[in-house]
Amino acid sequence: MQQPNATLLHAEDLTKIFNIQQGFSSKKFHAVDKATFSLDANQPEIFTIAGESGSGKTTLARMILGMERLTSGVLRYKDRNVAELSGSEKRSWFFKEVQPVFQDPFATFSPLKRIDHYLYETVYNYKITNKAGADDYINGVLNEVGLSLVEIKGRYPNELSGGQAQRVSIARALITRPSLIVADEPVSMLDASLRMSIVNMFRKLKDDHGVNILYITHDLATAYYTADRIAIMLRGWIVEMGPVERVLGEPLHPYTRLLKQSIPAADPDKMWTENVSLTAIESEGQHRGGCKFAGRCPAVMDICRKKEPPLILHQERLVKCFLYE
Amino acid sequence: MSIIVEANRLKAYYMTRSYGVERTVQAVDNISLQVQAGEVFGIAGESGCGKSTLLKVLLGGFRPPLKVIEGSVKYRFDNVETDALIINDASRRDLSWNKISYVPQGSMHVLNPVRRIQDIFHDFISAHRPMRKQDSIEMTQNYLRDLGLAENVLTAYPHQLSGGMRQRVTIALATILSPKLIFADEPTTALDVVVQRGVIQLLKEIQQKEGSTVVLITHDMGVHANLANRIAVLYAGKIVEEADTRTILQNPRHPYTQYLIKSLPRLDERTERVSIPGRPPALDNPPSGCRFHPRCPLAMDKCRTIDPEIMNIRPGHRVACHLVTEETSHATT
Amino acid sequence: MTTLKDLFRFSPSFRIGAIILILVLVLIGLSFFSPYEPDATRAVPRNKAPSAEFLLGTNSNGQDVFWMLTFAVRNSLVMAGLAVLIGRGIGVMLGMISGYVGGTLDRVVSSIVDSFIVMPRLPLLILIASIMRGQMTMVMLGVMLGLLDWAYPSKRYRSQILSLREREFTQTAVFAGMSTLKIVLKEHLPFLIPFLLADIVSGFLFAISFEVTLSILGLSDLGTQSIGTMIYWGNYYNALLSNRLWILAAPIGASIIIVIGFYLMSLGLSTFLDPRTRLERLQVKG
Repeated sequence: MQQPNATLLHAEDLTKIFNIQQGFSSKKFHAVDKATFSLDANQPEIFTIAGESGSGKTTLARMILGMERLTSGVLRYKDRNVAELSGSEKRSWFFKEVQPVFQDPFATFSPLKRIDHYLYETVYNYKITNKAGADDYINGVLNEVGLSLVEIKGRYPNELSGGQAQRVSIARALITRPSLIVADEPVSMLDASLRMSIVNMFRKLKDDHGVNILYITHDLATAYYTADRIAIMLRGWIVEMGPVERVLGEPLHPYTRLLKQSIPAADPDKMWTENVSLTAIESEGQHRGGCKFAGRCPAVMDICRKKEPPLILHQERLVKCFLYE
Repeated sequence: MSIIVEANRLKAYYMTRSYGVERTVQAVDNISLQVQAGEVFGIAGESGCGKSTLLKVLLGGFRPPLKVIEGSVKYRFDNVETDALIINDASRRDLSWNKISYVPQGSMHVLNPVRRIQDIFHDFISAHRPMRKQDSIEMTQNYLRDLGLAENVLTAYPHQLSGGMRQRVTIALATILSPKLIFADEPTTALDVVVQRGVIQLLKEIQQKEGSTVVLITHDMGVHANLANRIAVLYAGKIVEEADTRTILQNPRHPYTQYLIKSLPRLDERTERVSIPGRPPALDNPPSGCRFHPRCPLAMDKCRTIDPEIMNIRPGHRVACHLVTEETSHATT
Repeated sequence: MTTLKDLFRFSPSFRIGAIILILVLVLIGLSFFSPYEPDATRAVPRNKAPSAEFLLGTNSNGQDVFWMLTFAVRNSLVMAGLAVLIGRGIGVMLGMISGYVGGTLDRVVSSIVDSFIVMPRLPLLILIASIMRGQMTMVMLGVMLGLLDWAYPSKRYRSQILSLREREFTQTAVFAGMSTLKIVLKEHLPFLIPFLLADIVSGFLFAISFEVTLSILGLSDLGTQSIGTMIYWGNYYNALLSNRLWILAAPIGASIIIVIGFYLMSLGLSTFLDPRTRLERLQVKG
């Protein structure tokens, strides 16, 4: 019998379908298709959701944050159904527990407002401290991300560098001491050398403060470095999920293999030997029943084109592929 | 090997006056480089290092507040030398796309959304080489086929193509007239990893087939590793190191380059990687002496006051660092 | 403050517009020092041409044209100001709220807005005014003009809010715990200010031009001095035909100058706010 509250986040068959207008008809577009995973409350971890654009990873992140309504499926946070929370419950409880970090630090803050405005608002609205204690508290949180209040007080977002602004964004998310941070491509707009420092910070937050981080990215190199577990998404499906050393170390799913091979290694001895073939027309490869990767899979079989592959537990991870049946 | 484009002691600054305050941004400060015909020359650097400004100056046709204070940029096509900074607009038009071509960042937005791909190609080709529509379509078909791009994109509109395909079509458009010199500005940024691979492979193919020269500007060292023959590393408006790709990636000498290479995550280890402390300097108020000295763990007294000249420490390998220059001269004495 | 100084320096149209409006304000201020009451007739000799004693001459009622003009400008602008306050106030609030909240509220409000937009305003005003003949005060006119002019701009504010709602900093504000009202007022309103400013100008223009139209037709409060009523009374006493042009020239000239002043200010403002011209301003010459 499972103890209550042992699961922090449980996503079951999360599905989001968008209706796309095409002339007079509309098409259904499965942005997220039956995504299922859970995070353990007792073991803080960094869980990465990786995929290319169109994989549905951002939509999934928005669903978990409560920003996007679920078409079907169940999302439970600390054993409460997120979809059933009222607006005031969300404001007083859920948003305290779950906070976002967005991709573009300069879009995260309004260019017309000073950047510390958001820090103070977060402190006041959740009644973290009284007015007198706010400065100290905010300075403390900023120190955790390598900044200080005196550096950023009164400044507008465009006066800071990308790295600094993103740190402020992370600090703002930390103010309510959330149990879960959902970070959507937090480092993709930063220079390569800055990425390491931010990603190191995530690891430290998990180790020292027990914060769970849902790290959404298309960059497998930082995913490998940061994450404990990883889920690979392809057009709405989770096609492989498990410990990151296994999934990226010895990928089983052909799509994961393709992704891993396509990362340009900064090593002239490891250049690609084969040319890759890409889809040309956008509508090519749309779901026609069967596996969504069938059009590009080097190991495709007949059954792949006809039936949806099952999710199979193999070598410590879940793979959605007929090859491992 | 002949030199196809050369910059000599180039200084290009942005000079502005706003609210009564004058500001000079030293974006390109005393840069000299030579690109050999037929090679892929990579310019690596992070945001704010001046690489976009360097590109603007190399291409010419830039406007105030960007000004070239000193130095020259020269092209050499068919043994004819042209000074890029003083040619008039007509000669520049003649050069562009016939001899020099440019793949911009985010080139997907370059395609006209209301024209079919074949029409876009025709407009473009006939602007430089007047020919009938059928001929240009045939030329386009052959070119795309040679490059391994599906021919059915010709009758499509840009929005019907996937993002990666649009990028590759734009590259094909920029190179169909076989320019001798191609400038590619962050051609793979914001692309998915598999698409990125397709783009890099396409550029490689074009370069190998036509023997053209590519100047590749990107911060992504992985892209340089797969494409570039030589790499010049830019920091705060200056070249700090230049060598062939293997040397830069496996045996860098300048402390900044070393940090840069060490901080790249690799897919075979999860050990903690070190990040460079501090931030790149603002170019309107650069540090005195060597611009990297505030962040350099090996900074000496001399580094704070004297700006190191870039020196050849081996044939084909130049570094701008006092420590490296000293080590080299000790080794040779 | 630095923005205002910059505006003055760079935009000739803003400069001229601002100067004109300052003169107008001076004129209004002078109305409080007028030696004559606005409704006093036969205070001065009638129908005298402009001279040193009577700057703009006198009219057929025995009133000094110059001092009447100060009252007229004051009343017209106050009425227009009231119309703008009511009209833009309603427009902004309704537009922003319906845009942000969306859903059924948005649909209901949008239908109301659309019905107001298609209303023919001038005929309606004329109808109301003739029914209320003689009992329409300037204040009532201002309120009515405001109630007729809020619809179209509210559509624009709504569409601005619709796009602002999707921007990431709105989400940041939500997760920072801000309530809907707070978000709309603190985060989104600052973006609307350029539109608001341009809107205020056009609101003034609308109100003044409608007031003048109504007054010329004799449908407004003819006992009060306003630009329109001055023109009306001038026509009533056949100023044109009897070659007493100054009686009409004053209010007409004033209205033209005021309209031009407002227009130039809004032109200067919108060019200044355009981000493309910023780069030109930054250049160091030579």
